[in-house]
Amino acid sequence: MEFISQHSVLVASIIKIAVLLLIVMTALAYLSWAERKIIAHIQSRWGPYYVGAHGLLQPLADGLKFLFKEDLTPPTADRLAYLLAPFLAFSLAVTAIALIPFGPPSVPFPFLPGQQAFSVTDLSLGLLVVFAITSMGVYGVVLAGWSSNSKYPLLGGLRSSAQMVSYEVSLTMSVVGVVLMAGTLNFNEIISNQRGYWFHLIPRWHVFPQIVGFLCYLIAAIAETNRIPFDLPEGETELVGGFHTEYSSFKFAMFFMAEYGNMITVSCLATILFFGGWLSPFPDRWTWQVYLPGASLVLLGLYCAYDTVTTMRGIARIQLTVVTLLCLGAALLCLLPPVAAVIQGPFWITTKILLFLFFYMWLRGTLPRFRYDQLMSFGWKLLLPVSLANLVVTAAWLMWGWMRQG
Amino acid sequence: MTVPFLLFFVCGALAVVGAILVIAAREPVHSALALVLVMVALAVLYLLLGAPFIAAVQIIVYAGAIMVLFVFVIMLLNAGVEERTDFSSIAKYVGVPLGFVLMLWAAHWLWHSQPAGAIGTAATTPAASSRELSVELFRQYLFPFEATSILILIAILGALVLAKREE
Repeated sequence: MEFISQHSVLVASIIKIAVLLLIVMTALAYLSWAERKIIAHIQSRWGPYYVGAHGLLQPLADGLKFLFKEDLTPPTADRLAYLLAPFLAFSLAVTAIALIPFGPPSVPFPFLPGQQAFSVTDLSLGLLVVFAITSMGVYGVVLAGWSSNSKYPLLGGLRSSAQMVSYEVSLTMSVVGVVLMAGTLNFNEIISNQRGYWFHLIPRWHVFPQIVGFLCYLIAAIAETNRIPFDLPEGETELVGGFHTEYSSFKFAMFFMAEYGNMITVSCLATILFFGGWLSPFPDRWTWQVYLPGASLVLLGLYCAYDTVTTMRGIARIQLTVVTLLCLGAALLCLLPPVAAVIQGPFWITTKILLFLFFYMWLRGTLPRFRYDQLMSFGWKLLLPVSLANLVVTAAWLMWGWMRQG
Repeated sequence: MTVPFLLFFVCGALAVVGAILVIAAREPVHSALALVLVMVALAVLYLLLGAPFIAAVQIIVYAGAIMVLFVFVIMLLNAGVEERTDFSSIAKYVGVPLGFVLMLWAAHWLWHSQPAGAIGTAATTPAASSRELSVELFRQYLFPFEATSILILIAILGALVLAKREE
């Protein structure tokens, strides 16, 4: 006990890291399910349907399949870089998530005084450190492409290094406007800067004054995570899968999880920088919003119950009954006043992140791929000048405000 | 033995090993990776010295941008494995002794310098924040800063002229 009270930072961090890792790994698995489902419905298909009710056990089946497949290494591959690449890609993608605050810093960690409950780290340079970690993520893709020693991965690796370096410039420039407005690089302070309302109704989120910066960030972020319409490093129709062509089994799965991890990071950043992070979109005087997390879970549970009764047959009916009971139980828990008060921040930031992730999948179901020269000229000749202009205008506007104040 | 103290020795050793590997590795991409290792180890050392901003910028600029371009160029040119050659006679009779002299001189200089404070305290004292750093940079050192940026601009223009000359 004495050890725990003396090393409260260490103990709290380890517990938070374990919980976060568990949540993130589950989220990564179910993002693949969600992506397949959403794209299937956009294309008038059913998507995964047979493994569990609505294909809900599909990620488990996929994970088992990845574990038991033969792990091939091409004989001409550079072994060190070939092994290093997936580990680098995956570990960097997951590390970046540890810097994200998932709730207000005022919520204390249970039983350990002086510790925050919802963020593993609260660095004064949070944004910069996230960029430092994600900028290293390029190596995973580049090394995978080079070390496979085969022509399609090499072309994919070349494309990705050029693409990610080009769009990283725009990505960084587009958020400098927000940093100028907030005057800090700390995530919690950036979020607190967005507190308050215009006309007592519209939240003072950075997205309204920084709409140009937000659009630049969104485009650059999609390119940075190699997603459609910027997925040229993979380009199935041109490069047979690109940088991960030669990878199989769990190493391939690690690239897959790294891609989803990067999507989560980028969505977290968009939420924090432009959409108020863990702040609620509704004015504080609307006190009924405390019950929103519970109410949405109740609605989900009721839908599952309806689906169980009307469409499910056999074992799927039992599975969906379990899901229904879980939803309703969680809803009851969230409706308890002490839990409801604590759950607000995480509920809002998760909702916003999920909306961004849905947007990613929506894009994948809608847009065709860019041509490579279009991608490059778009990034350098349109996106970078626009984000630079946004920076100059923001700086001038802030300067004008300070000078007027004297 | 505190944690920062241990970290210093681990990262110092990593930086030295990486620096030797940059020269010793025969595959150009391995050399580049070793250089990335040096950059990251140096970033941790900066962090221990109480300069988190410099550490983050070190990783973003050097490891995240410049070294990616190095790797890109190595891949684009498809550079093969290096061939081992013997020492040239100048390197053998002048370079190696001079290197030792330089090392001894640096060791002598380090031995007689005043310690600025224990490493552990530098990491725990309030670090030079990005605000303080920018005030220094844009007030006191504005002219060198601008001069450097113009120098870099000239280099970019030079590279553009060289790249366009083919047409």
